[in-house]
Amino acid sequence: MCRDCKCSTSVSAPEHTHAHEHEQPRRAEQRTLAVHEHLLARNNHQAEHNRKLFRAKGLLVLNLLSSPGAGKTRLLERTLSDLGQQLRLGVIVGDLQTDNDARRLSDRGAPVVPITTGTVCHLEAEMVARAVEQVDLDALDILIIENVGNLVCPASFDLGEELRVVLLSTTEGEDKPLKYPLAFKTAHVVLLNKIDLAEVAAFDRQAALENIRRIAPQAIVLEVSARTGAGLELWYHYLESRCAEWRISRSAATVLH
Amino acid sequence: MHELSVMANTLEIALDQMRRQGASRIHVITLRIGELSGVVPEALTFAFEAVVIGTPAEKARLVVEVVPVLCHCPRCGNEFHPADVIYQCPTCAHISADVRGGCELELASLEVS
Repeated sequence: MCRDCKCSTSVSAPEHTHAHEHEQPRRAEQRTLAVHEHLLARNNHQAEHNRKLFRAKGLLVLNLLSSPGAGKTRLLERTLSDLGQQLRLGVIVGDLQTDNDARRLSDRGAPVVPITTGTVCHLEAEMVARAVEQVDLDALDILIIENVGNLVCPASFDLGEELRVVLLSTTEGEDKPLKYPLAFKTAHVVLLNKIDLAEVAAFDRQAALENIRRIAPQAIVLEVSARTGAGLELWYHYLESRCAEWRISRSAATVLH
Repeated sequence: MHELSVMANTLEIALDQMRRQGASRIHVITLRIGELSGVVPEALTFAFEAVVIGTPAEKARLVVEVVPVLCHCPRCGNEFHPADVIYQCPTCAHISADVRGGCELELASLEVS
């Protein structure tokens, strides 16, 4: 049962509210049913509910994806500290085990909700729906969801976000976009992190930028170091301007309706 | 590797459909899996064998139809199946981000009795 609209969790497309029979019996009693149901229908349905709620609140929601150790939490620590005066930020932190990341973020004046997924390698829309119940969404401008460190599975799960941000660090090698195309192809922004370590890691910057451009031509690419702060002002400008645009488009939508 | 949970979800949908049709056995489950769905057909097959044990789908055959990626080129209007993960238009060499197919992840049909 869906938590919000109490519809069946077995969500079918409107034109396929039930299976219909085709007239091709294999044996007398054997028959084919056309189903056409999305295997992640349950997640997608909840994600739409989340998106509707976030939009109604005028809240800009980001889904932050990366491999383990790429620097998601460090990026958020700095972002909360540096941007906390200008924008009201909140964070949901997904982790397989421990709430270490959430604790690292918790003394920066922003609401932080941990989600411990246990063995689940990604966040799902329903986990996010439960987590946001603990946050006063009206008191926020931006909600950042730090996904579980994994570039494979989280890419398939819509959480109801407006923007997907993929973080890639120079210590991971320049061919990561080629190895995990789905994550990059669904990204609005790619942050190339740890540029302060590029030389030590013998990182080929040109090759990396070229790979990102070829895999994800739609994405905005920002080069940053969450440790030294290099390049972060552009990231902050991006967040501020998207937030402003978002507010304008939401208030315009409110006026129109 | 979330194929196991995807498959468990699939079986749930399939059994629900089977019951609604007053059937008691599932013989064939056909999935349509896009190349860009993030799911690996081999891993699905492996997960399938694990989740059907002891269910009315225990003897069922899993058919996976792989749907190739289909791109639209915003520059020349061509529709094409990219040769690899870089979606370069074979006509004008523009790299497209406009994906029109290949994200499918659906239970297409069932054979039941």
